[in-house]
Amino acid sequence: MANSMKDTYEPYVTEDGRQIGGVLMEMKNITLRFGGVVAIKDISFDIREGEVRAIIGPNGAGKSSMLNVISGFYNPQEGEVFYKGEKRPPMRPYQVARLGIARTFQNIALFDGMSVLDNIMTGRLNHMKAGMWKQAIWKGAAEREETENREAVEKVIDFLEIQAIRKTPVGRLPYGLKKRVELARALAAEPSLLLLDEPMAGMNVEEKEDMSRFILDVNDEFGTTIALIEHDMGVVMDLSDRVVVMDYGKKIGDGTPDEVRNNQDVIDAYLGVSHD
Amino acid sequence: MLYREAGDFKTSYQDDSQTFPITFDRYRYYAVLAIAFGIIPFLINDYWASSILVPFLIYSIAAIGLNILTGYCGQVSLGTGGFMAVGAYACYKLMTAFPDVSIAIHVVLAGGITALVGMAFGLPSLRIKGFYLAVATLAAQFFLVWLFNKVSWFYNYSASGQITAPDRFVFGYQVTGAETTAVAKYMICLVFLTIAALIARNLTRGMLGRQWMAIRDMDIAAEIIGVNPLKAKLTAFGWSSFFIGIAGALFFAVYLGAVEVGEAFGIQKSFLVLFMIIIGGLGSIFGSFAGAAFMVLLPVVLKLVGVDLFGFPTDIVAHFQLVIVGGLIILFLVAEPHGLAQLWRVAKEKLRLWPFPY
Repeated sequence: MANSMKDTYEPYVTEDGRQIGGVLMEMKNITLRFGGVVAIKDISFDIREGEVRAIIGPNGAGKSSMLNVISGFYNPQEGEVFYKGEKRPPMRPYQVARLGIARTFQNIALFDGMSVLDNIMTGRLNHMKAGMWKQAIWKGAAEREETENREAVEKVIDFLEIQAIRKTPVGRLPYGLKKRVELARALAAEPSLLLLDEPMAGMNVEEKEDMSRFILDVNDEFGTTIALIEHDMGVVMDLSDRVVVMDYGKKIGDGTPDEVRNNQDVIDAYLGVSHD
Repeated sequence: MLYREAGDFKTSYQDDSQTFPITFDRYRYYAVLAIAFGIIPFLINDYWASSILVPFLIYSIAAIGLNILTGYCGQVSLGTGGFMAVGAYACYKLMTAFPDVSIAIHVVLAGGITALVGMAFGLPSLRIKGFYLAVATLAAQFFLVWLFNKVSWFYNYSASGQITAPDRFVFGYQVTGAETTAVAKYMICLVFLTIAALIARNLTRGMLGRQWMAIRDMDIAAEIIGVNPLKAKLTAFGWSSFFIGIAGALFFAVYLGAVEVGEAFGIQKSFLVLFMIIIGGLGSIFGSFAGAAFMVLLPVVLKLVGVDLFGFPTDIVAHFQLVIVGGLIILFLVAEPHGLAQLWRVAKEKLRLWPFPY
């Protein structure tokens, strides 16, 4: 895509026909410290509506910390987070979830004792309003709501092609399917922003292709904005509209995959540079 | 085979999310209800009521309560005895302060008061987990028993320090006091248990139950999805204590009639109910029933076999009981951590395919 597009923030249509809108989330001068360790140092970037935004960098660069800042796990010491044009005050993760931000984890964080269906239903939490007392009686509002949300969950199950394992306890599933169920749980929330922390870690080529297809389909069909961390450069370059590159907690590159690929700082960070 | 899933198609999501999705299970459930309400009351005698059925019903309520907290929400509690004492003393104070109000309402209110106390002692669960929380609830156990011993207002300044249930009636039938019939005792406990089990089942299959289980399985992921940990844990403590409080109130008012707190609601009661849900099955309503039945029946069966059949001395049989319970708990923890309920599930899965396993 044309480079000039990304600086103007005018809505535009990508080559493959997706609508990219205005800025959905903006990180301004974020600094995150753990005691004396500076995990993120003065980083600013933005995520636009409808785009696939990748965060890459070598191990320990602070990518996951960045995702944790976005999802409310960590509150940065300095800097501001703007979401849908408004400044977001420091929040607990469950409050962030209510704003429509869902995520998956690097090492799968599913509820092992529950069935696939219950796991995904839990993702609908913020769409269910029936109070405790109504749930205790079950008939009426609670049952109606359960059924409505079940329909929404079944759509996600169809979409990710996991019908056959609906009633299976998650603990029994193989790794690749667990990753898919976790994506399903995040999707069930119908998020405006979906954060994926290494969605393809530990997968073989075939599973990676499946997952890439799902990510693109999610973005295409639901128009969900996606921010992802990934180590597989081929995947990142193919999937994403724009890429942020981090190294030692600092931002060293930001732009389209082509721009990033040719950025000298990025090449140095990945291939190493002689200190003479 | 009667018991099968094949051909039992669901055409709506309501059907699929019901308590007993398999037709045979559903009819068995109706049959159990019919027997419990329609047949047993006519056959029951004092021996059956006081040594098996009434304690089974009451402990089932307590086990359901503890299962909500420990089995579903993953918060280990050793304060069950203390919370049962809260229910008992709340019921006693209400019974003596408002003699004109129905005992049924008192029992429910006693459950409500216990829920509040339980939530107060549940507050530390936000900061501490696992063993440390267990110790905190253990402190609740000892504190509550001490409180009811020490402050004579709770037992209306009686000289013995005991609380004694006055005579009370529901729909004209006496349910507390010395002249209560076996049927009346059985029926009031059965009604409370049925309602408690239905509520517990509805809560655990709905969104609140899923929040509890999410907290149990992975609290970080639960919070990311939107589960408020404070709310989820406190509702678990609240509902759990509510049922345990009702069990305590019934245990005192209907079953024993007179109670001395250290004896009836000591630490051994906490462990007894905990053993019930471990043996019966954590995170299962059926497991609560199975565990309660097991722990109530075990001494009776041992006495029948040991004393009546083999003619062993009573004290030896009583000691054997301790050994057997201890051994069984170790066995269950090693071999089947999900308890009798899991054995039952596995048996059902096998039955479903029997006689063609492939």
